[in-house]
Amino acid sequence: MARGEQPGSSSPTADVAAAPDERLKEASFVTKLMRRPELGAAAGLVLVTLFFMSTADPSMFTLAGIMNILAPSSQLGILAIAAALLMIGGEFDLSIGSMVAFSGLIFGCFLLLAGLPLLPAILATFATACVLGGINGQIVIRTRLPSFIVTLAFLFILRGLSLVGLKWATGGSTQMRGIGEQAGEGIVREMFSGNALEGLFAWLAAKDIVAKFPNGVPTVTGIPVSIVWFVLFTAFATWILLSTKAGNWIFAAGGDANAARNSGVPVDRVKTSLFMLTACAATLVAILTVLDAGSTDARRGFQKEFEGIIAAVIGGCLLTGGYGSAIGAFFGAIIFGMVSIGLTYTRFDSDWFQVFLGAMLLLAVLFNNFIRKKVTGER
Amino acid sequence: MATTDTLIDVRNIVKHFGSVIALSGISMTVRRGEVMCLLGDNGAGKSTLIKTLSGVHRPSDGEFLVEGEHVVFTSPRDALDAGIATVYQDLAMIPLMSVTRNFFMGREPTKGIWPFRYVDFDQCSTITREEMKRIGIDVRDPNQAVGTLSGGERQCVAIARAVYFGAKVLILDEPTSALGVAQTSMVLKYIHQVRQKGLGVIFITHNVRHAYAVGDRFTVLNRGKTLGTFAKSDIEIDELQNLMAGGKELQSLSSELGGMV
Repeated sequence: MARGEQPGSSSPTADVAAAPDERLKEASFVTKLMRRPELGAAAGLVLVTLFFMSTADPSMFTLAGIMNILAPSSQLGILAIAAALLMIGGEFDLSIGSMVAFSGLIFGCFLLLAGLPLLPAILATFATACVLGGINGQIVIRTRLPSFIVTLAFLFILRGLSLVGLKWATGGSTQMRGIGEQAGEGIVREMFSGNALEGLFAWLAAKDIVAKFPNGVPTVTGIPVSIVWFVLFTAFATWILLSTKAGNWIFAAGGDANAARNSGVPVDRVKTSLFMLTACAATLVAILTVLDAGSTDARRGFQKEFEGIIAAVIGGCLLTGGYGSAIGAFFGAIIFGMVSIGLTYTRFDSDWFQVFLGAMLLLAVLFNNFIRKKVTGER
Repeated sequence: MATTDTLIDVRNIVKHFGSVIALSGISMTVRRGEVMCLLGDNGAGKSTLIKTLSGVHRPSDGEFLVEGEHVVFTSPRDALDAGIATVYQDLAMIPLMSVTRNFFMGREPTKGIWPFRYVDFDQCSTITREEMKRIGIDVRDPNQAVGTLSGGERQCVAIARAVYFGAKVLILDEPTSALGVAQTSMVLKYIHQVRQKGLGVIFITHNVRHAYAVGDRFTVLNRGKTLGTFAKSDIEIDELQNLMAGGKELQSLSSELGGMV
């Protein structure tokens, strides 16, 4: 965390007298800025925005266009932030994409087959996710295998189970319909689907502050709830990381698990909780998308584990753990959404997306490595 | 032997690992305000002994008293709670984390009511800065990563952390082995300060010079046994060196190399 310059450290001779190691330089403003892990992602977002401002159709940056970008960003972002916390804690979870599909199935089953009302079905789905996340975590901790391999196994297991389960539950189809109708209406439904702040937008349209159709309805009727969840989750994760005990434990567990244990940090508990968090984030995305579409299918969340990790890395997380930020992952996810949607506003072939993605990832990793050396004085 | 000043008193500690006898009857005491140097060559049992004292291993046999009371530690946490803090060679410091975050790692003070409990890292930084200043290290920015500190400074942060959190006995595992001359004197100076505060220090080293510079008493280990404990007034540095190395070979090597060992 960057702070103001320390007063009274301007005289170099006094410095040498106070600290025996004169190789330790005064942290400059630039170094302090660079010490923030999200710097790269923020700079990347500015660059990407400038690129699209100069090449894309101006409608991309209207309110409606921005909502178009943020909607997919928010779904990816919820996964990316959880992935970022887990990466800071020193582990990977490759099963989050499959977990989205599996949670969709579980949620559908609780609603349609078990006939639970919406709220209990949601809670039961989250509970199932916690158990699965916990299993992931316990296997990683007890076997001391790399989480990469353990969760890669779960990537296939959960995807396979989603397919088999959907066919079993629907009698042969890989899509489960009728969830939207079964969920019904009400406050719980509104928390997980549709738009928020509709009244505000209607009022803003009436005052001519936002664009509206000729009949008076605003072009953007509200903020999709997934964006609200995304922002809240970012704020929550940032608070956890930067100003709580748990946050310090996450950094410690990822930085050096042994050293953390010697200092009394319950590393195993921290890691298991983080695996539960990624599973729950996948479940949140599953519930948001399933309620939005009214159905679930086996391809939900396909390859989202990679996109989530890429967004976290663009956001400044080190692959080796112990360093990163939630705000970085937030920016990383927005970059992702902006490029994937933005290319359709330009005359470029939208298949350039993947090329861009790979290049962005490579750049981010190189930049992160450089920053880490700079920040830690590593040789 | 045991006085009210005795912090740690171990009697005939034995530790077996299967058929391997790592410690075969070690006795030693550590008193308030003294630096007890634990000397011995590789394999003498130094590491096993300190791991036993710090709760990592449980002794197979023997008595272990802390401030006159029998104790059985089942985890490093127990030892910490009893006031025995160990500064390991790897320092238990995380280079990517800030000095403040390292200083309070595992013992973060919280404020507020659950579920809104938070850690006031600004206040923690102030404390860290003050504690480090007290030992003559000006951490200009406690938010800088520990990786940017020199080895000696890191060692001092680790010791300062143990002292701040109320350690009565400090076990320092080869704190000077990886340091240069200036850095070593910084650490030795600080060990001296810690002693003056009334803490007991167990200083593990195989550098007799470093030991002799700050030590009050010296316990020499060899092959899992105590060769004896000597007060500084009773033993010369050369004698100590010979005792530790098992004598002969080093003496002959020393004459070959013209007394340079």
